[in-house]
Amino acid sequence: MSAFPGLYNYWIVIFLMMTGFYIVIARGNLIKKIVGLNIFQTSVFLLYISMGKVSGGTAPIVATPGAIYSNPLPHVLILTAIVVGIATTSVGLALVVRIKEAYGTIEEDEILLQDSKP
Amino acid sequence: MIEILDMLLLALMAVLAVAIARLRNLFAVVMLASLFSLLSAAMFLVLDAVDVSFTEAAVGAGASTVILLGTLLLTERQEKPPARFSPWPFIVVVATGATLVYGTLDMPHYGDPAAPIHQHVAPRYIDKSPAEIGVPNMVTSVLASYRGYDTLGETTVIFTAGLGLLLLIGQSLRFRDKEETP
Amino acid sequence: MNDNIILRITAKIFIPFILLFAFYVQFHGDFGPGGGFQAGVIFAAAFVLYALIFGTEKARKIAPPNVVQFCAALGVLIYAGTGVVSLLLEGNFLDYNVFQHDPVQGQHLGILLVELGVGTTVAAVMISVFFCFAGRGRS
Repeated sequence: MSAFPGLYNYWIVIFLMMTGFYIVIARGNLIKKIVGLNIFQTSVFLLYISMGKVSGGTAPIVATPGAIYSNPLPHVLILTAIVVGIATTSVGLALVVRIKEAYGTIEEDEILLQDSKP
Repeated sequence: MIEILDMLLLALMAVLAVAIARLRNLFAVVMLASLFSLLSAAMFLVLDAVDVSFTEAAVGAGASTVILLGTLLLTERQEKPPARFSPWPFIVVVATGATLVYGTLDMPHYGDPAAPIHQHVAPRYIDKSPAEIGVPNMVTSVLASYRGYDTLGETTVIFTAGLGLLLLIGQSLRFRDKEETP
Repeated sequence: MNDNIILRITAKIFIPFILLFAFYVQFHGDFGPGGGFQAGVIFAAAFVLYALIFGTEKARKIAPPNVVQFCAALGVLIYAGTGVVSLLLEGNFLDYNVFQHDPVQGQHLGILLVELGVGTTVAAVMISVFFCFAGRGRS
């Protein structure tokens, strides 16, 4: 079908997103969940940057006048998102360290078990 | 040629993501996550996003790996095997993925210059940026000048994350124990 | 024979170049890929390399934690301060055209200052994040 080469990028990105989503909801280890969240974030970035590409274009740095440039607006958005992503990841990992010190484990079901005991 | 590279990189990333989901040794998971970030930086380069590729390589493959390894040192190295297999996450994930793929059928094809994203604000920035700002790198001109307010908010977010981290794990344990025993 | 000697000598050779590259990326963000964020992370990477090879105690002497925390706040202050200065010069908030007589030169100056603020904050936060994680263990 003619949609395949034109939409292949988006379908693989959706597969990556769903893998990250699966890791977040199906695995109990907190560090693995955060890695899954990272995979999800990165695939969202790929989606936006894929949408911004213009075929036959080049990087949005003005070199020769009249050339075709890829859209710089998604690049700016994703630049911000990457740095905010690492900020939230580091806060999440600090919380995991504190949870380990408080509960002695980082598996979700063991934490819930300790919490449910009076 | 570039399309083959595109497809190959994305296929490699898909394989890596599945491997990360299946592995239980956390050290291997962190290393594969770093490799995933590196491949995504290469993918950004193929998609003409040089600034984003630079940032992803520095931040994702560099700083994020260091922080994850630091966390591994302070917590555990191995994931517990799952107790029993439940099909519900898999069903939810497949249903969401199918809905998203159905949503992409309406999208403009990859690389289409007539897509709506290229029609409104972006041509104005590309046309006027050399004359109004005079900086060759258009991503910097949009980031620092046209959308400078958002970048101020982002810098504040990074600062707040640093503050949060200092509050959570700022003191070393030895120092805290010495303080608490009177 | 101390088997860390290769690592120590290599680190001593590399760290100045890493710092120099960070400054290059910071100030050439106008002409090529780069800018404040990338430069901040690369700058912090030099300090992380030093801490990994020579130990966190020596790294804390070079980058004392209160100085690093001060620099993190200083970056945000530089950025917001640029906006306030443009308000005082009868422009809008973060309107760089009023900095110089020629608007394009004003934009250049504004972008330079703003990226400097961003780079300082990102570098300081990345260094303090590393020191938080490295210094937490019971040693």
